Amino acid sequence: MNFLEANGLTGGYGGSVIIHGITITINQGQIAVIVGPNGAGKSTAMKAIFGMIKLQSGSVNFMGKDISTLTPQARVAQGMAFVPQTNNIFSSLSVEENLEMGAYLRTDNISASINEVYRLFPILKERRHQSAGELSGGQRQQVALGRALMTSPKLLMLDEPTASVSPMVMNEFMDRILNVAKTGVAILMVEQNAKRALSIADIGYVLVQGRNQFTDSGPALLANPEVCASFLGG
Amino acid sequence: MDVLNAIVVLTNFVIIPALSYGSQLALGALGVTLVYGVLRFANFAHGDTMSFGTMLVIFITWWLNSIGVTLGPLPTALLAIPLASIGTIVLLLTVDQAIYRHFRCIRAPSVTFVILSIGIMLTLTGLIRIIIGPGDKRFLDGERFIISSREFKILTGLQEGLAFKTTQAITIFTALIFMGFLFWFLKKTRTGKAMRAYSDNEDLALLSGIDSDRVVRVCWIIVAISAVISGTLYGLDKIYKPLSYSQLLLPVFAAAVVGGMGSPIGAIFGAYLVAFSEIALTYAFKRVGVYLLPETWMPDKLMQLLSTDYKFAISFAILVIVLLFRPTGLFRENTS
Repeated sequence: MNFLEANGLTGGYGGSVIIHGITITINQGQIAVIVGPNGAGKSTAMKAIFGMIKLQSGSVNFMGKDISTLTPQARVAQGMAFVPQTNNIFSSLSVEENLEMGAYLRTDNISASINEVYRLFPILKERRHQSAGELSGGQRQQVALGRALMTSPKLLMLDEPTASVSPMVMNEFMDRILNVAKTGVAILMVEQNAKRALSIADIGYVLVQGRNQFTDSGPALLANPEVCASFLGG
Repeated sequence: MDVLNAIVVLTNFVIIPALSYGSQLALGALGVTLVYGVLRFANFAHGDTMSFGTMLVIFITWWLNSIGVTLGPLPTALLAIPLASIGTIVLLLTVDQAIYRHFRCIRAPSVTFVILSIGIMLTLTGLIRIIIGPGDKRFLDGERFIISSREFKILTGLQEGLAFKTTQAITIFTALIFMGFLFWFLKKTRTGKAMRAYSDNEDLALLSGIDSDRVVRVCWIIVAISAVISGTLYGLDKIYKPLSYSQLLLPVFAAAVVGGMGSPIGAIFGAYLVAFSEIALTYAFKRVGVYLLPETWMPDKLMQLLSTDYKFAISFAILVIVLLFRPTGLFRENTS
């Protein structure tokens, strides 16, 4: 049994069907990346795994448990964390308060986790008393990531984390994600910057029109001429 | 000496009354702004919630007086506030469970909640009139003045007197304590931070596991307490008249809007701004002028910009000006 096993996910918003039988599996501590053209259902697939859309069919198994019927909040308690693409921080709260809110469900001492987040993102320690809304785009993304890490998740899901940051910040951000992965957290990421994302991926999923098109390790997908020609601009 | 007399007149007729009226408005506006921040609608029932809480305070005060309990120099009503707060908390939580909750679950638009709150306002108005009647009610006892006008004149030898009523002192003092408590709660406690987080970004708060039901409950509890305190202070300072509480809704909303709906610090600032504007613009400055202006400059008019009948027009004008030129209010942070 894999760490995360999403089988045959079919569903969409309202009555429409956007994803058709998508399968995504992740092993413990892996980085998985979902890429594909616009409108391929990348974000929808991730939301389906997190329980944010209603499934018509398919199941989600997480750490050996069927969580298909759980609400997103209940999935957070199970060890999933989700960083939305936009509105992913409490902008009127300070950086530290953002982190504290991430740990809201936890009853143990959170100071070790806060220090861990500060170790991964040193700039946040400097800015910890500033309100998060005053930070730059890249720093906000770090706050968002930090807040999600505070739940001490087993699986971290990121919806286009680099969509709103400059290429330079993006590279730095990818390195940070690698550092997060080294702490043993599995990562599932939807990315526009397919080349960069696949280069760090243990496993990559190429979706086209709501279906699995290619599935392979990141480097193998990058080396696949068919994938390159159709999605990565040659 | 003349300058001193002028300052005393100004303090007596403008500054102290405005400070105490502003404190009452501030507590009311905090209630409105909290509901707006957490539940995202303008709560039109707030004026009548204040009235309802004050009504409970009056009944409890009368009962306490009838069994011979008083607070000595302080009004007995202060003793009744905790019990009346519990009653008002029960009222608001019941209303929330019975009415608002369903519409929250189906994620109804904010205008639905506004209409619901108007309905609740009308129901409460009727209920209060049935229970206590539409007439004026007095429930103030204890010492009337900390220092009366006559005592002040004897003490200082000035021509003008300065009266400081017990209710004014209590109002300002209680309001400061409540505000201090509220800010401590919002900034320092886990539940307070969760409330701010929920108000800031509801979806992300849910993703963080913040219990929305609990946040809403705590919000209503604080709103109930603030409503009882502000209503009681207003009633002690002026008089309890059910109708005047419905009218109080306008300056309270003006205060909350001036500061920026959802911003507690803005609500407090807005409340004092509205209070000072209302009182300063309707005060006849002739008595101050007598001491400051040379005799030949003295106008024979009262030097009053507006008649006191226009008190509410001032709140209304402030409301309109703010909505026209800075609809987000003075303190609302513009964050994406």
